[in-house]
Amino acid sequence: MKNLVILGAGTAGTMMANHLVSKLKEDIWKITIIDQYKTHYYQPGFLFLPFDIYTTKQVKKSGKEFIPKEVNYIQEKIEQIIPDKNEIILDNSKRLNYDILIIATGTKIAPEETEGMTGPMWHKNIFDFYTYEGAKALRNKFREWEGGKLVIHITEMPIKCPVAPLEFAFLADSYFKNEGIRDKVDITYVTPLDGAFTKPKATEALHYLLEEKGIKEVTDFNIERVDYENNKIIDYEDTEIDYDLLVTVPTNMGDSLIERSGLGDDLNFVPTNKATLQTTANENIFALGDCTNLPTSKAGSVAHFEAEILTENILRYIEGKKLKEEFDGHANCFIETGNGKALLIDFNYTQEPVEGSFPFPGVGPLSLLKESRINHMGKMAFKWIYWNMLIKGMHIPFVSATMTKRGKKLN
Amino acid sequence: MYKTFAKIKVNVNEEGYLTDFNQWTKEIGTEIAKEQKIEMTDKNWKVIDYIHDKFKKEEALSIRGIKKSGVVDIKEFYQLFPGGPLKKATMIAGVPKPKSCI
Repeated sequence: MKNLVILGAGTAGTMMANHLVSKLKEDIWKITIIDQYKTHYYQPGFLFLPFDIYTTKQVKKSGKEFIPKEVNYIQEKIEQIIPDKNEIILDNSKRLNYDILIIATGTKIAPEETEGMTGPMWHKNIFDFYTYEGAKALRNKFREWEGGKLVIHITEMPIKCPVAPLEFAFLADSYFKNEGIRDKVDITYVTPLDGAFTKPKATEALHYLLEEKGIKEVTDFNIERVDYENNKIIDYEDTEIDYDLLVTVPTNMGDSLIERSGLGDDLNFVPTNKATLQTTANENIFALGDCTNLPTSKAGSVAHFEAEILTENILRYIEGKKLKEEFDGHANCFIETGNGKALLIDFNYTQEPVEGSFPFPGVGPLSLLKESRINHMGKMAFKWIYWNMLIKGMHIPFVSATMTKRGKKLN
Repeated sequence: MYKTFAKIKVNVNEEGYLTDFNQWTKEIGTEIAKEQKIEMTDKNWKVIDYIHDKFKKEEALSIRGIKKSGVVDIKEFYQLFPGGPLKKATMIAGVPKPKSCI
């Protein structure tokens, strides 16, 4: 028997297990997936949890439900990958050999990277919303908060779901309007980039959103430390921003397993070929999802498109064929803009988001880079699609793994 | 869009960033720096070399990467490229500005 091992049973790893179980001959290949956590979180739901739009129950399920029964599912912490020996060491010192390894260990927040962030005020008046615990703690804070300076802050790029902080700002505007205290809440969006929107067409099409919602923008802010005693964030040029409530997106890093195994870059992301999804260091190790260093968004849709292409490349690798250089960085993301509306963007490594219709050119029903109610319905329907189709590795009808230019207004 | 630096016509985007790295030369970099009121020292060029290296490996640029690069520390990076160092250094290096997705 040969061994294919998948590290991580999150969105990307679970999808790969589901794809491969029907494609690999079961008398030759044994598929194993390893993850220390029992819960599978619907991570896009963390955005809605603080605003009481989703309940805690709606964002978590048992991971076991989504792993095919033919797959060997090990719930154990992974200690190290030893590429030279094609070996995995688990936390309980058990060893496992692999012929092919797929890394899908994702990205984590690393608030300890910024001085003062995880001090005594962490989850008191400094929150993240990229973890279940952070999003839930923030929900409880919002329920009792009476207003003040709300600062929404990005520490550094890259981050998972790069539009989530903006969506958070839009939803906060709606939430406090509904609570009747919007006039008591001052919302500031702080980014290390030179704008909340950084691509020219998106800036042109969407900047009105910040203006109409009265959200202030502070750009080029590279945080040095959080002064939690005086409720200030301070950057390397000594610019100070006061807050009463800080909602920050901390530094995102790959799993520490990657660092322990010597397979990562500065941020523990795995250097990966951007078209084939083979890691650059080892030809029998592949990577997908948030754990890679690819210059595309860290998002579930990206993992979904990558999974379709990686499945084919795993089969080609087994047959000794040349890998397909097919992945184009395709991402497709709904962006909540508040008040029951949303945007949709569809883009790849080279094509920035533009206006148009999706998925049917000229028809829609979804519109690209424009606010609409139907886009919001799409975002809400996505939770069902996620649990019932996406992580089961099913193809989403009419949406191809590579980006299509049809239906897009290109110059 | 075109712009002329050191008598060479190059393709740029709306913000003045080169759109084709192959057109970049050190002379062009020096001219862009002048426009940004930055005088290029050996130390500045070391940072540009580092940015080129990251660009060729298709790796994302970040302030942290600069810190870990061993080329300069962050305070120094701000002194070398005052007022948005990453933004200015990438422009001088002829590579795209670091971006989010929209």
